[in-house]
Amino acid sequence: MAKEYETVIGLEVHVELATKTKIFCGCSTAFGGSPNSHTCPVCTGMPGSLPVLNKQVVEYAAAVGLATNCTITQNCKFDRKNYFYPDNPQNYQISQLYLPICRNGHVDIELEDGTTKQIRIHEIHMEEDAGKLVHDEWDDVSYVDYNRSGVPLIEIVSEPDMRSAEEVIAYLDKLRLIIQYLGASDCKLQEGSMRADVNLSVREAGSEAFGTRTETKNLNSFSAIARAIEAEKNRQIDLIESGEAVVQETRRWDDNKEYSYAMRSKEDAQDYRYFPDPDLVPVHISDAWLEEIRSRQPEFKTEKMARYKEEFGIPDYDIGILTDSKKLADLFEATTAICSQPKKVSNWLMGETMRILKEKEMEPEDITFSPENLAKLIGLVEAGTINGSVAKEIFEKIFDEDINPEQYVEEHGLKQVNDEGALRATIEEVIAANPQSVEDYRNGKEKAIGFLVGQTMKAMKGKANPGMVNQILKELL
Amino acid sequence: MANVISDETIEYVGILAKLELSDEEKEAAKKDMASMLDHIDKLNELDTTGVEPMSHVFPVENVMREDVVTNGDGSEATLANAPERKEDAFVVPKTVD
Repeated sequence: MAKEYETVIGLEVHVELATKTKIFCGCSTAFGGSPNSHTCPVCTGMPGSLPVLNKQVVEYAAAVGLATNCTITQNCKFDRKNYFYPDNPQNYQISQLYLPICRNGHVDIELEDGTTKQIRIHEIHMEEDAGKLVHDEWDDVSYVDYNRSGVPLIEIVSEPDMRSAEEVIAYLDKLRLIIQYLGASDCKLQEGSMRADVNLSVREAGSEAFGTRTETKNLNSFSAIARAIEAEKNRQIDLIESGEAVVQETRRWDDNKEYSYAMRSKEDAQDYRYFPDPDLVPVHISDAWLEEIRSRQPEFKTEKMARYKEEFGIPDYDIGILTDSKKLADLFEATTAICSQPKKVSNWLMGETMRILKEKEMEPEDITFSPENLAKLIGLVEAGTINGSVAKEIFEKIFDEDINPEQYVEEHGLKQVNDEGALRATIEEVIAANPQSVEDYRNGKEKAIGFLVGQTMKAMKGKANPGMVNQILKELL
Repeated sequence: MANVISDETIEYVGILAKLELSDEEKEAAKKDMASMLDHIDKLNELDTTGVEPMSHVFPVENVMREDVVTNGDGSEATLANAPERKEDAFVVPKTVD
């Protein structure tokens, strides 16, 4: 009988913080600058330059720690991790080894079978990102851009508490949501503002001892993570079954080939010779400062869900989706505050907004339209000024360009025709022009009326009041 | 000298520091490192029970800046040190993991 194996997974999650400047200098962290335009002597490791800590980094890191039930290290400091690599101009990365800012936390994850599980967080530390290497396709050279060098990161290290891809994804999703609610990062896996390295080992079911683990890098989406976990689990089981040993190593996942390969080890790279950074003085987070950070913590998903149920009376399903994104939740609340129609707002966000996001492969965080213009659109429909199909067309404009729908309706003559005389005249023409459909309807083919409604709408360029068209048609037939 | 640095150790330290040392340099480095370790052993004779490890020589903490952009485009100054550049990037021998 085949042996049963258990997969043991711990994660190292790097999150790029949403500060305006780098962790130790006043260079911008903005994306899209030309190579090396956001650099200075500090973030390129020039001799004699002195790093000065960005206060906001400490506040974001502590806020994430508080939200994940960590103990905050009120006296913490920075260490140097020494290694040579062209993306690292100082030849060391400033990080935290001995006294990381947060320790011993946990988050609860919800699983598909309805149970919850606690995943422990070993520590969260602050560190700086490295530069970016681009490899030439033809020549034997790489190009280095240090714009990312010195961008603040937090690394969240979990305990090896996860047992499946489902748990890993639930954990990452939980972290993403917490951090987005804090505004500490946009947490986009695809764009690299959230990166997860998977430490995985397998052991025989029931065994207490851990197997030898590998670390898998380069995972850019939840689905890539799930595939990489499955592949690495199987690879290790195959090795064990054939009597070979799993080697402790770092592997790089290639999602196109659905295969991972061992990374060439940086020569003796494991010996980082950490030591306290003599250029940086210790950080003391006083009780008062910590309290100040705690008092600014936002309402998180769980509390928000309870409040929405109480305050807005919208379905649980809607609440679940709206609160799954800080952006959607904020937009929902702001729009509802203007138009006082929570269910209508929710319908626009859950229906058309989600549809367009999916179509354009965007995330809720990418939404740029304003609550004012969505509220105006809802107002126009409620007042009967425009009908539903026109509203959907206008919404696409709002989504793309945040246009003012009132102005747009005025300028493009899209007002709904509610004038009974005009409607009646058009419908009479439609009936006269389509005797077959009229005949079918009278013979009991209810569906034929749909065609006649469509023809009327077409004749009136989509602006007819559909309720009135139906009513008049039925009356005339 | 109480401490003796082996050939393997000096070889390993050389690799970590990316230094290629001649035989004479290795011998000299072995002596220097041994005397440094002797000095540390001397410090270790002191009883430091109950003394907090010191991470910085100055009694200063919380030197921080506000999150405000103060630096402009530094590319020309940064790239002035590049042994080789292509447009705005440093050029280095191909380095792939």
